[in-house]
Order: sequence, then C-alpha cells, then structure tokens
Amino acid sequence: MIEGALWRRWVFYNIPLILFVFVLLFPFYWMIITTFRPDGELYRPWNAVNYMPFWTNNPTIEHILYLFEETNFMRWMLNTMMIAFVSTIISLFCGVLAGYALARLNFPYAGGLGTAIFVTYLVPQTLLFIPLAEIIRNFQLGDTPWSLILTYPTFLIPFCTWLMMGYFKAIPKELEECARIDGASRWKAMLYIVIPVAVPGILSSGIIAFTLSWNEFIYALVFLSSPDQKTVPVGVTSELIRGDVFFWGPLMAGALLGSIPVAIVYSFFVEHYVSGLTGSVKG
Amino acid sequence: MAATTLATAEGKRPSARLRRLEDERWLALVLLTPTAVLLGLFIAYPFVEGVLLSLSSARVGDPGQFVGLKNFYKIWNDSIFHTTVWNTFWYTGVTTVFKLALGLWLALLLNRHFRGKAIIRAFILLPFIIPTVLSTFAWKWMFDPTFSVINWTLFQLGLITTRINWLGDPDLAMTSIIVINIWRGVPFFAITLLAGLQTISPELHEAAAIDGARPWARFWHVTWPLLMPVTLVVVLFSVIQTFADFQLVYVMTGGGPANATHLFATYAYQLGIGTGLLSEGAAISLAMFPFLFIIVVAQLLYIRRVETR
Repeated sequence: MIEGALWRRWVFYNIPLILFVFVLLFPFYWMIITTFRPDGELYRPWNAVNYMPFWTNNPTIEHILYLFEETNFMRWMLNTMMIAFVSTIISLFCGVLAGYALARLNFPYAGGLGTAIFVTYLVPQTLLFIPLAEIIRNFQLGDTPWSLILTYPTFLIPFCTWLMMGYFKAIPKELEECARIDGASRWKAMLYIVIPVAVPGILSSGIIAFTLSWNEFIYALVFLSSPDQKTVPVGVTSELIRGDVFFWGPLMAGALLGSIPVAIVYSFFVEHYVSGLTGSVKG
Repeated sequence: MAATTLATAEGKRPSARLRRLEDERWLALVLLTPTAVLLGLFIAYPFVEGVLLSLSSARVGDPGQFVGLKNFYKIWNDSIFHTTVWNTFWYTGVTTVFKLALGLWLALLLNRHFRGKAIIRAFILLPFIIPTVLSTFAWKWMFDPTFSVINWTLFQLGLITTRINWLGDPDLAMTSIIVINIWRGVPFFAITLLAGLQTISPELHEAAAIDGARPWARFWHVTWPLLMPVTLVVVLFSVIQTFADFQLVYVMTGGGPANATHLFATYAYQLGIGTGLLSEGAAISLAMFPFLFIIVVAQLLYIRRVETR
C-alpha cells in the first residue's frame, strides 16, 4: 500500500478511526451505565466532587425491575415485535411480487409505475400523518395494532419493491427461459426458479423492513392511545416521563432493552443488512 | 429439475385462469394489485384527504367547512412558521454537509485492509439501526444541564467554567439537535459510500500515482468523480429524511424553548394533534410538499445528467 511509515498510519488512519468509533458508540455506553446506576449516583450534578461519569461501584437492577413491574414494558415489546413482524411479512409479499413484475415483465405503463413506486419511496411519513389519522379513525382501526400493521407497509413496500427490482434485474433472463422451454408456466418459473435465486435480496429487504418498523414513531404516537397498545418507542416516551419529571434510570433501561431485539436481528444478518442498505441507494 | 416435473404435472390440465397468467400483462396486473391497493388506500387517498383537510376549517370533533386557502394564508403570516421554515432549511443544510464530509472520511478510513474491519463496520452502523427515539433519549440525558457528562468533560478539559444549558437556549438547542442528527446519519453515509468506493478499481489509483498525482489530487480527480452517482443518491435520501424529520426534535425539545426549534413535522404535530387544529396541521405538513418535490426533481435531473455524461 501507499500508506508509508508507521507514525503516518497512526496519525492519518488509526487515531481518526478510533475517535469515530468512540463518538459513535459512546451514547450506547452511556445508556448501559445509566441503566445499572443507582438513583443516588444518577442524580448527582456534574460539578459535584464525587461525580463519577464512566463507572459505578454499586450496580443495580432496580431500574430494570421497575420497568417490568411498574410499566407495561413487556407488553410494548410484544406489540412492537408483532407489528414489525406482520407488517414486514405483508411488505415482503407485496414488494417481491411487484418488484418481479416491474423488473422482468413487459406491460404497458411499466416505466410510469416504476417511477410512481420510486416517488412513494420518497414520501416521508410526516407528510400524511394527520389525514391518515382521520382515515384510520373512519376505518375504526384507531388504537389497534392493525392501524400500524396496515400503514407501515406504505413506506416498507416501496422500499422492498425498489430493492427487489435491483436483485431481480441481476438474475439472467436465460435462467427463466430454460424453465419455460422445459414447459414451466410463467408464474411457476417465477415461483420456483427466479424467487429462490433472489432469497438473499428477500432476506436483506426483510431485515431492513423489520428495523424500520421497529424504529417508526410518528404513526404509533398518533394512532395509538391506550398504554397497553403502545410500541416500545412510544411507550417509553409517554409513560416514563410524567409532566416534567424524567425517570432517567428506567428510561435508559427501556431504551437499552428496547434496542436489543433489533441489535440481535442485525448482528445475525450484518452482511445482508449492509448489502440491502447499499442496494437501496443504487439507481 | 424440480420445475420440470412440477410443470408437467401441472401442465396436464391448466385451468383457464392460470393460462391467462401466461400473458405478461395479466400476470403483471395480478402481481401489482396488492401493492396498488395498499399504497392507494394509505398514500394516495390520505394525500387527497390531506389536501381537502388543509382547505377546510376542521378541528377535532368538528368536520368544518371549505374555507379555501385561508389556512395557508394564516401560516404564511405566522412568525412561528417562518422560524420553522428557516430551522428546517438550516437543519437540513448543515447536517447534510457534515454527514457527507464525515461519512466520506470514515468511508475512506474503512476502505483498507486491516484486522477487525468487519467488526468495526458492524459496530459503526449501530447508531443507524437502533431506534432513533431510544438513542435520542441517551443524548438527551447526556445534554441534561444539571447532570450532563458533556459539561463535565468540557469543564475537565478547561474549556468552560460554568454550566451550559444545552436545551434551554434556542441556538444551543438547535445545535444539539444538529449534532445528534449528524451522529445518526454518518454511519449510513459511510457504509453506502464505502460500497461505492469498493467498486472503484485500484488500478486507476495506481495509474494516477505513477503519473505523479499526490494523494489529494488522486482523491479529487479519481475518487470523487467516480463516486458521484452514489453520493448523489445517498444525499437525496438523507435530505428528504432530514427535511421531514420529527423524532429527534420531538424528543429533545418538543419544538421549544418558546417554539424556537420546530421543524415542519413537529409544528404540524403540535397544531394538528396537540391543539386539535387538524386543518392547520395538515396545511403545515403539506407545505413540505412543494419543497420536497423541488428537491426530488432537481436531484433526479442532476443524477440523470451525471449518469449520462
């Protein structure tokens, strides 16, 4: 390589990289240390003599216990998991089929529809949340998981479709033609030949869709109202802050535990996640 | 092959309906129907509904009546809305520049072979995958004026002598929010740009080096132009997400102090859901649309131009 002497490598590469990693990960460390810090240490002003930011000698699990005993945290976790899972499945189903049609079939208005999908891909949730809240209420879906299961696909389907179009376009036409020559019908060839080849793409879209639904906030905030229907981000926000009082210990414990399912899914499929992410920005 | 046996088994008596799927147009229609139904019901319909709502005087529990452009006229003269527009552009502009610069730097740092690269790359993406609201609470706790670890650090380094009230002062609050957005966005830029960097053949760099190009010149004349298509798409996504952001501001300041840090979405939420002025909230949300539309069209045209060059 053209990197040169050892000191140059440290100054130009290693030290900046270490700084990046430190800054990017420090908030998570802060989350963890706060979760296990007893209240007495937690509410000690930063200019107190015995302020000890980076470590605690009296770790406690009282905040985690508070979360499970005094709030519906477990319920929020199950709600979020269920909503994320079902809306991901729906979006994958729609996205794979639509992606296949747009990438591999010739039909009138194919180009226009592709552009339409791309445009909806760019519609942010915050543009439509007020009329959508009205519609959800008119459909009698307010305060039910269905309000989210049916609306999350609006931002997940365009994403999945777009990603799957990329994967489907990369599969050679000959593969399908072989099966067709052997007598397979068009949709059989799709179902048994093309879609199996695109499984890595389906996995990538699914994982990203799952993390996106877990992350969604404004729809869940507006559509849900009763405490036992809430998702983790909304529940933590609305039930652990009373007026001006922040319950920082349980709040950080909730943030930590609420992040764990996403982190686990992510850690198992890092490569798929990354390839999905980079695939999503390919034109 | 499995498909052959399946096909012959099925091929004996294909029903009329299945045979119709042999026609590409019918198959496409069937495959696109679920998507069209869901997107029509929950994007196109709400969009129309939103336009109608913004032209009415609806409040919670009162359908209201048609009032024309009155709501838009009202927000046009609303000083909080002016602050909101300015904030949104400032927030989007500043964060995008920093995210691109830092993200590209991080991508260049990662675009080498070294031990532990896979692990570092996996960890770096954490800010992007952890739910925004949850990680923002960690930041809010770090910025808490009384218990701030950031104040402690700056004090220990001798940079400050008294406490800084991060979220109590309008400018500092905006800056804090900008910092968090950059923190969350840099990994996305870094990882996607890294993928772009990896498609650039090292031979080009070697050729430029042999021709005597210094590292900076190699970056500027080889890497940057070749990375342009990826950069543009990444920036497009980031700009739209940032412009329409809600979660960060909602958690950090809720638009305060004194409505000084509102973005379109948080102000629309405060008016539409908070105080129940549905029509005005919808109007503020929709006011994002022309800006987003211009950004998208401009970027798409530019991308097309770069790609055909």
